Amino acid sequence: MMRVAKIAAIGAAAVFAALFVGWWQVDGPGADSARGKRSLPLTAMEFSLTDQDGRDVGPETLIGEPSLVFFGFTYCPDVCPTTLSDISGWLDEIGPDAEDLNTVFITVDPDRDTVETMAEYVSYFHPQIQGWTGLPDQIAAIADGFRATYEKVEGENGEYTMNHTAGVFLFDATGRFVTTIDYHEPREFAVPKIRRAMQNRTERAES
Amino acid sequence: MFKTFAKAIQSLSVALLMGLPMASSAQQLSENASIVVESPWARASLGMSRPGGAYLTVRNEGSDQISLIGLRAEISGMASIHETRTNSDGVSSMAPADDIVIPPGGMFALEPGGYHAMLMQLQSPLVEGETFPLTLLFSDGTELEITVPVLGIGARGPEG
Repeated sequence: MMRVAKIAAIGAAAVFAALFVGWWQVDGPGADSARGKRSLPLTAMEFSLTDQDGRDVGPETLIGEPSLVFFGFTYCPDVCPTTLSDISGWLDEIGPDAEDLNTVFITVDPDRDTVETMAEYVSYFHPQIQGWTGLPDQIAAIADGFRATYEKVEGENGEYTMNHTAGVFLFDATGRFVTTIDYHEPREFAVPKIRRAMQNRTERAES
Repeated sequence: MFKTFAKAIQSLSVALLMGLPMASSAQQLSENASIVVESPWARASLGMSRPGGAYLTVRNEGSDQISLIGLRAEISGMASIHETRTNSDGVSSMAPADDIVIPPGGMFALEPGGYHAMLMQLQSPLVEGETFPLTLLFSDGTELEITVPVLGIGARGPEG
Protein backbone atom coordinates (compact mmCIF):
# COMPACT_ATOMS: atom_id res chain seq x y z
CA MET A 1 0.00 0.00 0.00
CA MET A 2 2.81 2.34 0.98
CA ARG A 3 4.54 1.42 -2.21
CA VAL A 4 1.53 2.38 -4.36
CA ALA A 5 1.36 5.77 -2.63
CA LYS A 6 5.05 6.29 -3.24
CA ILE A 7 4.71 5.51 -6.93
CA ALA A 8 1.70 7.83 -7.17
CA ALA A 9 3.66 10.61 -5.47
CA ILE A 10 6.58 10.19 -7.84
CA GLY A 11 4.17 10.13 -10.78
CA ALA A 12 2.47 13.31 -9.59
CA ALA A 13 5.83 15.00 -9.10
CA ALA A 14 6.82 14.05 -12.63
CA VAL A 15 3.60 15.48 -14.02
CA PHE A 16 4.09 18.75 -12.15
CA ALA A 17 7.69 18.92 -13.31
CA ALA A 18 6.58 18.46 -16.92
CA LEU A 19 3.87 21.09 -16.51
CA PHE A 20 6.38 23.50 -14.99
CA VAL A 21 8.86 22.98 -17.81
CA GLY A 22 6.04 23.54 -20.32
CA TRP A 23 4.93 26.72 -18.58
CA TRP A 24 8.52 27.97 -18.38
CA GLN A 25 9.03 27.48 -22.10
CA VAL A 26 5.64 28.71 -23.33
CA ASP A 27 4.49 31.45 -20.97
CA GLY A 28 7.14 31.75 -18.30
CA PRO A 29 10.49 33.56 -18.27
CA GLY A 30 11.91 30.98 -20.67
CA ALA A 31 9.44 31.83 -23.44
CA ASP A 32 10.71 33.00 -26.81
CA SER A 33 10.30 36.75 -26.93
CA ALA A 34 7.21 37.24 -29.03
CA ARG A 35 6.52 34.02 -30.83
CA GLY A 36 3.15 32.36 -30.90
CA LYS A 37 1.70 34.34 -28.01
CA ARG A 38 -1.47 36.28 -27.58
CA SER A 39 -1.38 40.05 -27.74
CA LEU A 40 -1.54 41.90 -24.46
CA PRO A 41 -4.72 43.86 -23.80
CA LEU A 42 -4.36 47.42 -25.07
CA THR A 43 -4.79 48.60 -21.48
CA ALA A 44 -1.48 46.90 -20.60
CA MET A 45 0.44 48.48 -23.48
CA GLU A 46 2.49 51.65 -23.54
CA PHE A 47 3.45 53.33 -26.79
CA SER A 48 3.31 56.76 -28.36
CA LEU A 49 3.03 57.08 -32.13
CA THR A 50 1.91 59.67 -34.70
CA ASP A 51 -1.07 59.29 -37.01
CA GLN A 52 -1.31 60.34 -40.66
CA ASP A 53 -2.48 63.82 -39.64
CA GLY A 54 0.42 64.37 -37.25
CA ARG A 55 -1.59 63.75 -34.08
CA ASP A 56 -0.15 61.87 -31.10
CA VAL A 57 -1.76 58.48 -30.64
CA GLY A 58 -1.41 55.69 -28.10
CA PRO A 59 -3.35 52.78 -26.62
CA GLU A 60 -5.95 55.23 -25.27
CA THR A 61 -6.74 56.25 -28.86
CA LEU A 62 -7.98 52.72 -29.53
CA ILE A 63 -9.68 51.81 -26.25
CA GLY A 64 -13.40 52.59 -26.23
CA GLU A 65 -14.12 51.25 -29.70
CA PRO A 66 -13.25 47.90 -31.28
CA SER A 67 -9.99 47.93 -33.23
CA LEU A 68 -8.50 46.26 -36.26
CA VAL A 69 -4.71 46.64 -36.55
CA PHE A 70 -2.26 45.52 -39.21
CA PHE A 71 1.55 45.85 -39.35
CA GLY A 72 3.36 46.46 -42.64
CA PHE A 73 5.38 48.98 -44.62
CA THR A 74 4.77 51.08 -47.70
CA TYR A 75 7.70 49.60 -49.69
CA CYS A 76 5.89 46.25 -49.53
CA PRO A 77 4.70 45.34 -53.04
CA ASP A 78 2.47 42.37 -52.30
CA VAL A 79 1.16 41.45 -48.85
CA CYS A 80 0.57 44.98 -47.52
CA PRO A 81 -1.46 46.47 -50.39
CA THR A 82 -3.34 43.18 -50.70
CA THR A 83 -4.23 43.17 -47.01
CA LEU A 84 -5.22 46.84 -47.04
CA SER A 85 -7.42 46.12 -50.06
CA ASP A 86 -8.96 43.19 -48.21
CA ILE A 87 -9.58 45.34 -45.14
CA SER A 88 -11.18 48.00 -47.35
CA GLY A 89 -13.47 45.33 -48.78
CA TRP A 90 -14.43 44.06 -45.31
CA LEU A 91 -15.26 47.59 -44.16
CA ASP A 92 -17.43 48.07 -47.25
CA GLU A 93 -19.15 44.76 -46.59
CA ILE A 94 -19.93 45.55 -42.95
CA GLY A 95 -21.12 49.01 -43.94
CA PRO A 96 -22.28 51.67 -41.45
CA ASP A 97 -21.81 49.29 -38.47
CA ALA A 98 -18.05 49.47 -39.06
CA GLU A 99 -17.86 53.25 -38.84
CA ASP A 100 -16.70 53.15 -35.22
CA LEU A 101 -14.12 50.44 -35.84
CA ASN A 102 -10.59 51.82 -35.32
CA THR A 103 -8.75 50.58 -38.40
CA VAL A 104 -5.01 51.16 -38.25
CA PHE A 105 -2.05 50.31 -40.46
CA ILE A 106 1.19 50.57 -38.44
CA THR A 107 4.53 50.70 -40.22
CA VAL A 108 7.44 48.51 -39.15
CA ASP A 109 9.75 50.62 -41.34
CA PRO A 110 9.69 54.05 -39.65
CA ASP A 111 12.99 55.06 -41.31
CA ARG A 112 11.27 55.30 -44.68
CA ASP A 113 7.62 55.66 -43.68
CA THR A 114 7.23 59.24 -42.50
CA VAL A 115 3.93 60.80 -41.46
CA GLU A 116 3.56 62.30 -44.95
CA THR A 117 4.29 58.94 -46.60
CA MET A 118 1.75 57.17 -44.42
CA ALA A 119 -0.84 59.87 -45.14
CA GLU A 120 -0.44 59.47 -48.89
CA TYR A 121 -0.35 55.68 -48.75
CA VAL A 122 -3.50 55.17 -46.70
CA SER A 123 -5.36 57.73 -48.85
CA TYR A 124 -5.50 55.11 -51.62
CA PHE A 125 -7.53 52.71 -49.46
CA HIS A 126 -10.75 52.89 -47.43
CA PRO A 127 -11.03 56.38 -45.86
CA GLN A 128 -11.38 54.83 -42.42
CA ILE A 129 -7.90 53.30 -42.51
CA GLN A 130 -5.37 55.27 -40.48
CA GLY A 131 -1.58 55.09 -40.89
CA TRP A 132 0.63 55.30 -37.82
CA THR A 133 4.38 55.72 -37.63
CA GLY A 134 6.82 56.81 -34.93
CA LEU A 135 10.25 56.46 -33.42
CA PRO A 136 11.86 53.03 -33.82
CA ASP A 137 11.70 52.29 -30.08
CA GLN A 138 7.99 53.10 -30.02
CA ILE A 139 7.33 50.83 -33.02
CA ALA A 140 9.26 48.15 -31.14
CA ALA A 141 7.12 48.77 -28.05
CA ILE A 142 3.78 48.37 -29.84
CA ALA A 143 4.95 45.33 -31.79
CA ASP A 144 6.09 43.73 -28.54
CA GLY A 145 2.71 44.41 -26.92
CA PHE A 146 0.95 42.85 -29.89
CA ARG A 147 3.46 39.95 -29.90
CA ALA A 148 4.11 40.88 -33.53
CA THR A 149 7.59 40.52 -34.98
CA TYR A 150 9.48 42.29 -37.75
CA GLU A 151 12.97 42.15 -39.13
CA LYS A 152 14.98 44.12 -41.65
CA VAL A 153 16.40 42.03 -44.49
CA GLU A 154 19.20 43.56 -46.55
CA GLY A 155 19.02 42.96 -50.28
CA GLU A 156 21.18 43.96 -53.21
CA ASN A 157 22.20 47.54 -54.01
CA GLY A 158 21.57 48.80 -50.49
CA GLU A 159 17.87 48.03 -50.80
CA TYR A 160 16.11 46.26 -48.00
CA THR A 161 12.79 44.69 -47.25
CA MET A 162 10.99 43.88 -44.01
CA ASN A 163 9.74 40.52 -42.80
CA HIS A 164 6.76 41.09 -40.55
CA THR A 165 3.75 39.50 -38.89
CA ALA A 166 1.10 39.63 -41.59
CA GLY A 167 -2.03 38.80 -39.58
CA VAL A 168 -4.73 41.34 -38.80
CA PHE A 169 -5.28 41.88 -35.05
CA LEU A 170 -8.75 42.37 -33.58
CA PHE A 171 -9.50 43.93 -30.20
CA ASP A 172 -12.84 44.59 -28.56
CA ALA A 173 -13.92 47.98 -27.26
CA THR A 174 -12.41 47.33 -23.82
CA GLY A 175 -9.02 46.74 -25.44
CA ARG A 176 -9.07 42.99 -24.95
CA PHE A 177 -7.44 40.96 -27.72
CA VAL A 178 -10.10 38.92 -29.53
CA THR A 179 -8.41 37.11 -32.41
CA THR A 180 -6.32 37.49 -35.53
CA ILE A 181 -7.24 37.12 -39.16
CA ASP A 182 -4.31 35.19 -40.59
CA TYR A 183 -3.09 36.02 -44.05
CA HIS A 184 -3.79 32.65 -45.60
CA GLU A 185 -7.01 31.70 -43.90
CA PRO A 186 -10.17 31.69 -46.02
CA ARG A 187 -11.27 35.26 -46.53
CA GLU A 188 -14.92 34.50 -45.78
CA PHE A 189 -14.00 34.04 -42.10
CA ALA A 190 -12.81 37.62 -41.80
CA VAL A 191 -16.07 39.54 -41.64
CA PRO A 192 -17.64 37.25 -38.98
CA LYS A 193 -14.48 37.64 -36.87
CA ILE A 194 -14.65 41.43 -37.13
CA ARG A 195 -18.34 41.32 -36.22
CA ARG A 196 -17.42 39.21 -33.19
CA ALA A 197 -14.91 41.82 -32.01
CA MET A 198 -17.57 44.50 -32.52
CA GLN A 199 -20.26 42.44 -30.79
CA ASN A 200 -18.26 42.19 -27.58
CA ARG A 201 -18.81 45.90 -27.18
CA THR A 202 -22.59 45.62 -27.65
CA GLU A 203 -22.81 42.91 -25.01
CA ARG A 204 -20.79 44.98 -22.59
CA ALA A 205 -22.88 48.07 -23.21
CA GLU A 206 -26.10 46.16 -22.55
CA SER A 207 -24.89 44.46 -19.39
CA MET B 1 -3.44 23.29 -57.28
CA PHE B 2 -7.12 22.75 -57.94
CA LYS B 3 -7.85 26.16 -56.47
CA THR B 4 -5.33 27.81 -58.77
CA PHE B 5 -6.79 25.91 -61.67
CA ALA B 6 -10.33 26.89 -60.77
CA LYS B 7 -9.28 30.50 -60.35
CA ALA B 8 -7.58 30.54 -63.70
CA ILE B 9 -10.67 29.05 -65.34
CA GLN B 10 -12.69 31.72 -63.62
CA SER B 11 -10.45 34.52 -64.86
CA LEU B 12 -10.50 32.97 -68.30
CA SER B 13 -14.29 32.89 -68.34
CA VAL B 14 -14.45 36.44 -67.05
CA ALA B 15 -12.15 37.54 -69.83
CA LEU B 16 -14.28 35.69 -72.38
CA LEU B 17 -17.49 37.12 -70.99
CA MET B 18 -16.05 40.59 -71.16
CA GLY B 19 -15.26 39.94 -74.80
CA LEU B 20 -11.57 40.54 -74.32
CA PRO B 21 -9.65 38.44 -76.81
CA MET B 22 -6.66 36.82 -75.12
CA ALA B 23 -4.42 38.06 -77.88
CA SER B 24 -4.92 41.65 -76.83
CA SER B 25 -3.16 41.04 -73.56
CA ALA B 26 -0.62 38.59 -74.89
CA GLN B 27 1.12 39.84 -77.99
CA GLN B 28 3.28 36.88 -78.69
CA LEU B 29 6.70 37.58 -80.10
CA SER B 30 7.95 34.10 -79.39
CA GLU B 31 8.14 31.14 -81.71
CA ASN B 32 6.54 28.99 -79.06
CA ALA B 33 2.86 29.68 -79.60
CA SER B 34 1.89 27.15 -76.94
CA ILE B 35 2.67 29.53 -74.09
CA VAL B 36 -0.32 31.69 -73.22
CA VAL B 37 -0.36 34.51 -70.69
CA GLU B 38 -3.65 35.61 -69.19
CA SER B 39 -4.98 38.32 -66.93
CA PRO B 40 -1.86 40.41 -66.41
CA TRP B 41 -2.18 43.40 -64.11
CA ALA B 42 -0.04 45.61 -61.93
CA ARG B 43 -0.73 47.89 -59.01
CA ALA B 44 -0.18 51.58 -59.42
CA SER B 45 2.99 52.67 -57.64
CA LEU B 46 3.52 55.47 -55.21
CA GLY B 47 6.17 57.35 -57.18
CA MET B 48 9.31 55.55 -58.29
CA SER B 49 11.15 54.75 -55.09
CA ARG B 50 9.05 51.73 -54.12
CA PRO B 51 9.07 48.41 -55.97
CA GLY B 52 6.02 47.70 -58.12
CA GLY B 53 4.16 44.40 -58.18
CA ALA B 54 2.51 42.67 -61.14
CA TYR B 55 0.55 39.44 -61.52
CA LEU B 56 -0.44 37.11 -64.35
CA THR B 57 -1.22 33.51 -65.25
CA VAL B 58 0.89 31.42 -67.63
CA ARG B 59 -0.56 28.40 -69.41
CA ASN B 60 1.52 25.78 -71.14
CA GLU B 61 -0.56 24.40 -74.03
CA GLY B 62 2.37 22.60 -75.56
CA SER B 63 3.59 19.03 -75.16
CA ASP B 64 6.89 19.90 -73.46
CA GLN B 65 7.57 21.09 -69.97
CA ILE B 66 8.70 24.71 -69.79
CA SER B 67 10.10 26.90 -67.03
CA LEU B 68 9.55 30.59 -66.44
CA ILE B 69 13.10 31.68 -65.62
CA GLY B 70 12.98 35.45 -65.50
CA LEU B 71 11.54 38.79 -66.46
CA ARG B 72 12.65 41.89 -68.29
CA ALA B 73 10.96 45.27 -68.38
CA GLU B 74 12.09 48.68 -69.54
CA ILE B 75 10.11 50.22 -66.74
CA SER B 76 12.18 48.39 -64.12
CA GLY B 77 15.93 48.42 -63.57
CA MET B 78 15.59 45.04 -61.89
CA ALA B 79 12.62 42.81 -62.63
CA SER B 80 12.34 39.35 -61.11
CA ILE B 81 9.82 36.91 -59.75
CA HIS B 82 9.48 36.92 -56.00
CA GLU B 83 7.65 34.58 -53.70
CA THR B 84 5.86 35.66 -50.54
CA ARG B 85 5.91 33.12 -47.75
CA THR B 86 4.11 33.17 -44.44
CA ASN B 87 5.52 30.91 -41.74
CA SER B 88 3.67 29.14 -38.93
CA ASP B 89 4.13 32.21 -36.70
CA GLY B 90 2.27 34.34 -39.27
CA VAL B 91 5.43 36.19 -40.27
CA SER B 92 5.52 37.02 -43.94
CA SER B 93 8.75 37.28 -45.94
CA MET B 94 9.67 37.75 -49.56
CA ALA B 95 12.48 36.18 -51.58
CA PRO B 96 13.46 35.70 -55.24
CA ALA B 97 11.70 32.61 -56.59
CA ASP B 98 13.32 29.58 -58.16
CA ASP B 99 12.51 28.79 -61.78
CA ILE B 100 8.82 28.04 -62.17
CA VAL B 101 8.24 24.71 -63.90
CA ILE B 102 5.00 24.38 -65.84
CA PRO B 103 4.18 20.87 -67.11
CA PRO B 104 2.46 20.31 -70.46
CA GLY B 105 -1.18 21.33 -70.11
CA GLY B 106 -0.42 23.02 -66.79
CA MET B 107 -0.71 26.56 -65.63
CA PHE B 108 0.88 28.77 -63.03
CA ALA B 109 -0.60 31.88 -61.46
CA LEU B 110 1.32 34.80 -60.04
CA GLU B 111 -1.23 36.16 -57.60
CA PRO B 112 -1.34 38.26 -54.43
CA GLY B 113 0.18 36.52 -51.43
CA GLY B 114 1.98 33.94 -53.55
CA TYR B 115 4.25 34.83 -56.45
CA HIS B 116 4.55 38.28 -57.98
CA ALA B 117 6.58 40.08 -60.60
CA MET B 118 8.77 42.33 -58.48
CA LEU B 119 9.60 45.51 -60.39
CA MET B 120 12.46 47.19 -58.58
CA GLN B 121 14.20 50.42 -59.53
CA LEU B 122 11.20 51.78 -61.40
CA GLN B 123 12.26 54.06 -64.24
CA SER B 124 8.86 55.74 -64.28
CA PRO B 125 5.86 55.45 -61.97
CA LEU B 126 3.17 52.85 -62.64
CA VAL B 127 0.17 55.07 -63.31
CA GLU B 128 -3.38 53.74 -63.00
CA GLY B 129 -5.03 53.46 -66.43
CA GLU B 130 -1.74 53.16 -68.30
CA THR B 131 0.00 50.01 -69.55
CA PHE B 132 3.62 48.87 -69.85
CA PRO B 133 5.37 46.05 -71.69
CA LEU B 134 6.81 43.14 -69.72
CA THR B 135 8.86 40.33 -71.22
CA LEU B 136 8.68 36.81 -69.80
CA LEU B 137 11.78 34.65 -70.29
CA PHE B 138 11.36 30.89 -70.62
CA SER B 139 13.78 27.97 -70.43
CA ASP B 140 13.43 27.12 -74.13
CA GLY B 141 14.63 30.58 -75.13
CA THR B 142 11.15 31.95 -75.68
CA GLU B 143 10.78 35.63 -74.90
CA LEU B 144 7.16 36.60 -74.61
CA GLU B 145 6.27 40.27 -74.42
CA ILE B 146 2.94 41.11 -72.87
CA THR B 147 1.15 44.37 -72.13
CA VAL B 148 0.34 44.88 -68.48
CA PRO B 149 -2.50 47.23 -67.53
CA VAL B 150 -1.94 49.27 -64.38
CA LEU B 151 -4.84 49.18 -61.93
CA GLY B 152 -5.30 51.14 -58.72
CA ILE B 153 -3.12 50.63 -55.63
CA GLY B 154 -6.14 49.09 -53.97
CA ALA B 155 -6.83 46.59 -56.77
CA ARG B 156 -7.35 42.98 -55.69
CA GLY B 157 -7.18 41.20 -59.00
CA PRO B 158 -7.23 41.60 -62.77
CA GLU B 159 -10.80 42.91 -62.58
CA GLY B 160 -9.80 45.72 -60.24
